[in-house]
This record gives sequence, C-alpha cells and structure tokens, in this order.
Amino acid sequence: MTRLAVPKTYKLYIGGKFPRSESGRTYEVVSSKGAFLANAAKASRKDARDAVVAARAAQAGWSSATGYNRGQVLYRIAELLEGRRAQFVEEIAAAEGVSAAAASRQIDAAIDVWVWYAGWADKYVQVAGNGNPVSGPYFNLSTPEPTGVVASIAPQGSSLLGLVSVIAPVILSGNTIVVIASEPYPLSAISLSEVLATSDVPGGVINILTGSAAEIAPWLASHADVNALDLTGAEALEWIDLQISAADTLKRVLAPVSGVPAATLDRIVAFTETKTVWHTKSLI
Amino acid sequence: MTISQPVTLAPAERAISMLGGDLTERALRLHLEGLSGVDAVGLEQRAADLGTRSIKTTSKAWALDRIIQLIDLTTLEGADTGGKVRSLVAKALTPDPSDPGTPRVAAVCVYGDMVPFAVDALASANAPHAVNIAAVATAFPSGRASLRVKLADTADAVAAGADEIDMVIDRGAFLSGRYGEVFDEIVAVKEACRREDGTYAHLKVILETGELNTYDNVRRASWLGILAGGDFIKTSTGKVAPAATLPVTLLMLEAVRDWHRLTGERIGVKPAGGIRTSKDAIKYLVTVAETVGEEWLTPQLFRFGASSLLNDVLLQRQKLTSGHYSGPDYVTVD
Repeated sequence: MTRLAVPKTYKLYIGGKFPRSESGRTYEVVSSKGAFLANAAKASRKDARDAVVAARAAQAGWSSATGYNRGQVLYRIAELLEGRRAQFVEEIAAAEGVSAAAASRQIDAAIDVWVWYAGWADKYVQVAGNGNPVSGPYFNLSTPEPTGVVASIAPQGSSLLGLVSVIAPVILSGNTIVVIASEPYPLSAISLSEVLATSDVPGGVINILTGSAAEIAPWLASHADVNALDLTGAEALEWIDLQISAADTLKRVLAPVSGVPAATLDRIVAFTETKTVWHTKSLI
Repeated sequence: MTISQPVTLAPAERAISMLGGDLTERALRLHLEGLSGVDAVGLEQRAADLGTRSIKTTSKAWALDRIIQLIDLTTLEGADTGGKVRSLVAKALTPDPSDPGTPRVAAVCVYGDMVPFAVDALASANAPHAVNIAAVATAFPSGRASLRVKLADTADAVAAGADEIDMVIDRGAFLSGRYGEVFDEIVAVKEACRREDGTYAHLKVILETGELNTYDNVRRASWLGILAGGDFIKTSTGKVAPAATLPVTLLMLEAVRDWHRLTGERIGVKPAGGIRTSKDAIKYLVTVAETVGEEWLTPQLFRFGASSLLNDVLLQRQKLTSGHYSGPDYVTVD
C-alpha cells in the first residue's frame, strides 16, 4: 500500500506566529526544472501592515536588551541552523537546482555570516562610536543607536545566504525587521522562521513575508511607521520610485546590490542613528 | 425574595405609563422578571454575523468620520490633572491638527472634580459648548457610597457645568434583587441633574454589564434604567473586564428598540471600554444601523466611551487621505 504524502503548508512569519496571508492567496513555487515544489503564501499589503505593527511592538524590548544578550540570541540561532542542515540542503538543492554539496556550501556560508554578525552585537558601538574633541570641559561622545523598524527586500537569487545577509546586520543593533524573501526561492525563508520561532529571539523582531516584492515594497516604502528601507534585493524593481516615496518620511535607504551583499560593518551602521551627548568633566 | 407589603416607588413618568399609576416594587419586579429570557446562542451568533460586514472606501470614510463624532473622549484615571484635562479638550476640539476638516468628538468624559478645568479649557479656546462635558458621578466606578454622597456628587458636577452625567447603578442591590432600591436611586440622581433654570443634564445610566453575570440580567437592567428615566444606557465603567462587548451592546439596543416601538421615545446607548480599533467600532455602527436604524447614529442617541479609539481612527483616516500607511508618531501621545 502506498502512503499518502503529507506536504508542508508554507505560511508567513509575523509577530512570532505563522499566519496565512490575510488575502488567502498563494503562489506556486517550482524547482529549477519547473517541477511543482510547494504553495507559498502570497503576502498582501495588509500582511505588510500587520508585520510593521508587530515589528514596532517588538522594537522597544529588543533594543533595550544588552548588546551581549542580543549576540547570545543570535549565536543560538546559528546553532539551531546547524541542526536543521539536512532540511535546508534538500530545499535549496531542489529550488536552485544545485548539487547537495553546493547547497551545503551555501548553508555553511549563511551560518558563518550569521556568526560573524552575532559577534558584532556587543562591539559595533565601540568601533563605530567616537569620543569627539571639543573646546570646553566636556566629554563629547557619539554612539550609534538602532533606527527602529527596517523594511528589507532580500536578494532574489539566493535562498538562504542572501536572506541572512540582510537580516543579521539589521537586527543585531536592536532594530526589528520586515523582510520580503526571494520570490522564486521562498521555502528556505519559511524554514528559517521555524528556526527563529524555536529560538530565543522575541516574536516580532524578525517578520518574513513571501510573495511579490513589486507588490508589497511600495507600501513599505511609503509606510510612515517604517524608519529605514533596505533595497538590497530590489535591483529588478522600480527602486528609484521606492526611494522617492521613502523620502516623504525621511527614511534611511540602502541602494540595491547585485547578488549577495558582502558582510561589512557598514551594513550595520547604515541602520543606526548617531546619538551625541555632552557630559561635564566635573571631577577635575 | 418575597415582598410582604407593597413598597411604593418614586413616581417616574415612564414607569407610571408602563406599569400603571400604582407604582410599587412588586409591579416593577413582575415586569422585569416577566421579560422573556435571552437566547444567548442566538444573540452571540447575530452579533458575530453583524461583525463580518465589509465596509470599504467611501463607506469606510463616512464611518470613520461618524465614529469620531460619536466618541466621548475619556480620561478617568486617579492621576488625572487639570493639565491632562486641558490637553484632552484640545484634542477633542482639534483631533487631527494636520487635517482641519476632521470632525470634533461629541464630548469629553472626566471625573466630576475635573469639570471646571474642562469648562475653562473650552472657554479659553473660544469654543464654549463646542463639545459637551460629561462627568462620571455617584461614586464612580464602584457606586459604593450612601445615596446622600451620590446625589451631592451629581449635583456638584452639574453645578460645575457638566452637560451630561454618567451614573453607575448599585450592582449589589440589583444582584440581590432589590430592584426598587436601584430604581429609586436612578430617579433621585435624575432629579439631582436638574439645573437652576429647570433644565436637566443628560443622564447616562451605567449598567456595568461585566458584573451582571447573565444576559437576562443585562436585559432587566436595561429596562430598569429606561423605566427610571435614563436618557442613555451605557454598558460599562471601563474599569471592569469584560467591558463593552458586541453581544451585550446588541442586547441593550434591542431593549431600546422595543421601548421605541412601545412608546415612540428614543433612548441612547453607549458602549464603553475595550473598543480600541476602528475595525471594532465599525462593527458597532453596523449593529446599531441593523438593530435600531441609522437614525440612531447621531451623538444624541449613540456614543462610544473610549480613550485610545480616537488615535486609531485618525491613523485610518490619514491612510485614506494620503494613500499610505500612517504611524503612531503622527497622532498625539495621550
């Protein structure tokens, strides 16, 4: 007797929960050879709106955790990713049409990038901050602080490495993120959210939408409660228009890059604001 | 509880017309306990059905503006100050400074001793009576004080310039079956709402449905409040959970509808507490329109008691006007 397969329902990840799209829509995800793989949720503008509300609600708590604490939470996600390696290999190999070895290399790279960024959580302030020379008996200190809620478009040509390369630098400083996953390769993004849901990262810090970036991104770009727009994977979109509507609410905007962005300190600092304080040198 | 001898109640006009000239506690009890029981499943099903209507585009724009016009903008905290009441009044007069076309709310709702600050704030804005001033009275929210104190509380608020009085019923007496006591108290408070010139401040009777336990009790209390002379019946103080729910409000609207059919007189309804989103508020509008009719959707006959609802409505309104989502940075922090 043949056993009836039990396929997985791929849903969105918003506020630590896995809702279907509010619109009820799905789209077919196919392999590189055109074979059907799964139905993924096709997020609507209202899902994006809900995700921003969840991200905003989580932001105060996440940014008030110590950098050390955030780093530990990120390390733990890397540990859990290791444990799910087999599932990711299977998904990436099927979706991108690469060999198991190549898929495995992508996961290695993704975990390494994640760990690299995790290390910065309690260090970026010291490196990017400054003591400024001023005339007068004052200490003058500038430190980077998280900007708030960031909307990101993940690189379209990569399942996992591209996604983690945009998520990690945003959240480590205390931002929360609403990220639109790669439209052709969304399955690893939802598997990543299953990892996140069982880790220590609070619900709402990372929100993952699957579906059409061209449809959702304009709503996030013009949303008044989003503080920054990361257009990394928006190369193929009308991203100048996105920049223009983001300018209405003075968002920070990071321009698109080709392929997977390199891991740099600049990506972390791009989503921070500089706070400068004057403090008296009173005890001299 | 049996009544050994007929206790005569205060001669309230409506009760006399409904129950006959010989107004006794026994007659009131027979009337209230003779009301048919509430079909709880049917009520909740009906309320849930009414909550599924889709209100979009121009209807939504109309609904949002109407919701604002129906709001009693409320602050009822122990930490209320004159300054807080002044800023509440400013917000009531100009809910959204970025859009002067935004309608004003119906009233501000404050504690009795805060009424002078509200009067003063309206006068200094050159807008006396642009919005009503509602004061909670009768030892709000518990209602646990002597009648003398409750009447003085009411009279003070009216003398200070309150246009509307929100009184609480004595839930202890109601639940013990002493309907006559509750009735007499409402009649007495109504009389305390009388101003020197012979006009009356509007009286809203708070049933505190969250403490009445059953739908049957809510129906009885609604009739009791109407018979004793309330201009409005109001669900809750907002200090007890559950506060306003859609089924309870539907049930009170049905009592108001039945009263209107019997007498032609229109009584107001005010759900209060727990209504925080435009989406919820629109469900209430639908319920009102479908139960008592659209003519009830005026500030004279329907109100929302709310504090955070207004900001959510303003955000939705900004979204409709501008075409993009707004955020909490674009409305006031209360």
